[in-house]
Amino acid sequence: MLPVMFTAVMKMVEVYELKKYFAVRRTGQWSAKSVLKAVDNVSFTVRMGETLGIVGESGSGKSTLVRCLTRLIEPTSGKVVLDGEEITKYRKRDLRKISKNVQMVFQDPVSSLNPRMNVLSIISEPLSAHEKISKTERKSLVVDLLKEVGLNEEHMYKYPGELSGGQCQRVAIARALSIKPKILVLDEPTASLDVSVQAQVLELLEKLQREHSLTYLFVSHDIAVVRSISHKAMVMYLGKVMEIGPTEKVVNEPLHPYTKVLMKSVPIPDPDSVLTEPAIQGEPPSALNPPSGCPFRTRCPNAVDECSLADMTLKKVEEDRYSACILNQRRSDS
Amino acid sequence: MSEELVRFEDYSLDFMTLYGRIKALKNVSFQIRKNEVFSLVGETGCGKTVTSLALLGLLPSNARSRGKIFFEQEQLTAQNVEQKRGRDIAVVFQDPMTSLNPLYTVRQQLADVLIARRRVPKKEALRSVVDILREVQMLDANRVADLYPHELSGGMKQRVMIAMALSCRPKLLIADEPTTALDVTIQKQILWLMKSLREKHGFSILFITHDMGVVAEFAHRVGVMYAGSIVEIATKRRLFKNPLHPYTVGLLNAVPNSRVGGKLKAIPGSVPSLVNPPTGCRFNERCERAFKKCFREIPPLIEVEDQHYVACHVYGGDENG
Repeated sequence: MLPVMFTAVMKMVEVYELKKYFAVRRTGQWSAKSVLKAVDNVSFTVRMGETLGIVGESGSGKSTLVRCLTRLIEPTSGKVVLDGEEITKYRKRDLRKISKNVQMVFQDPVSSLNPRMNVLSIISEPLSAHEKISKTERKSLVVDLLKEVGLNEEHMYKYPGELSGGQCQRVAIARALSIKPKILVLDEPTASLDVSVQAQVLELLEKLQREHSLTYLFVSHDIAVVRSISHKAMVMYLGKVMEIGPTEKVVNEPLHPYTKVLMKSVPIPDPDSVLTEPAIQGEPPSALNPPSGCPFRTRCPNAVDECSLADMTLKKVEEDRYSACILNQRRSDS
Repeated sequence: MSEELVRFEDYSLDFMTLYGRIKALKNVSFQIRKNEVFSLVGETGCGKTVTSLALLGLLPSNARSRGKIFFEQEQLTAQNVEQKRGRDIAVVFQDPMTSLNPLYTVRQQLADVLIARRRVPKKEALRSVVDILREVQMLDANRVADLYPHELSGGMKQRVMIAMALSCRPKLLIADEPTTALDVTIQKQILWLMKSLREKHGFSILFITHDMGVVAEFAHRVGVMYAGSIVEIATKRRLFKNPLHPYTVGLLNAVPNSRVGGKLKAIPGSVPSLVNPPTGCRFNERCERAFKKCFREIPPLIEVEDQHYVACHVYGGDENG
């Protein structure tokens, strides 16, 4: 686990009651629209230099959430404040002024780089979009960035097709860093990489965070990866936040029944681990028609009648730990 | 337990391409015993899937192979593998969406297998589909039987694939990354299903994966592959407790562990090109312990301790050679 090198008090990311509803047609072109609540009432804050790991299974809304933060997807309602600037207030065309502070790295490094641009132009594109710089300056900046992400000058004139997946992801990271952002949004940055390369990229991300005191939002479905890189973890299920807390605690002593099930399902690379019976059967309900109250109640081993009425607001259960489960909240009240 | 089902003997495989000869497999030898889960682990492009395709006789026409593969002591040839595929050897692939035919319902596709492979009359085959689905613990099997693949979730599709593979009572099930596309909670259900079916019917599984966590929970014995060669074979326990090959050690250090945490250690460099693999050991350029001999000679797979094989010069005689 990373030590936070300075007193991290400044809030870099603040999200208040963020919602993103999509109108979708269930079947054909003419059928009635229904509402898919991809992100429903999500609030959290991340401090400077901290990493928030966002975990959840496919369809839990984690990618939609981080795309709303950068306004790649327009949120339906809610407030997002990045580095003191309320970005949900801005008009779309004014966004460029503030987008300097936040950059994204996507899952598939090969398809997120333009195959017709060489590494030099890929990395310097954000630079030239934001400020006027001379050709020589541009080149020297790119060389510096390449070195920083563990590549070198000879990669400058290569095209994405000539690079391996790991190298492409390094280029994507260099591109994101080129305009010196304060926040980096990483959407499954290592999911398509092999483990040995994944470890290299995670190492690089940790180094960059230390050197530039970057704030990371790290989306992943892999709890082990989140455990190795993030300070705080947020667990999502069907668009709602189930639990937030220090990663160590969330992984080792999960509060929410869903987090418990999730942690029990993760295979542990240890010779003594044995396959046990799955804690839950079946699959998550449809996001188009989620259960009322707590979305997990239909599969929850501890569900009680009141769960169907739960309002799913996060409440503090222990020091620094928040859970949306009414049973956790009740226990801490008494 | 110790009776042999499959044996690869010095099997090498090249692909003839426009870019040259891709040396996909190099002197691969291992065996799969009856009733065991043998796992092949390794990174992208190390030859795991090609090994399983060789066993199934499904190699493309530009493949050139040397060496032998035995199934129940009988050497596999192009002719007899045709008879075994789908009957004695069944397979479940990684992506269930592309392995099922989108134009037919689950019932039709499953019945097809029974009609073609077991010569079951059509009416009976269509009727028995629901029972087969129940066998793989499909919830709501009656309804699912008449759905099309796109109406099923990933986990359900994979259950259908398993049902299809096991409907002919194979002796060997090849599972090629069967849970990679699934969420962890669903992965657990599928692994549990395969485990209970294996215990009930008694078949062997060749389990191909890159996930060390799944290996730890599921496999009996493990073969570690790197750039087309098997570098180490051991029982699961021994491999995790006492990995010998430097690549295995590196791989285990690079795997994040959600329970223990701690720092990851990456393996420097990247996998070599298989068109021009390095001479000698294919791991030599990334290996901390490499010495002269590693750049000259290919290390043979030798038994270092009981049932623990490793292909590394560090464990084979003098280090100063």
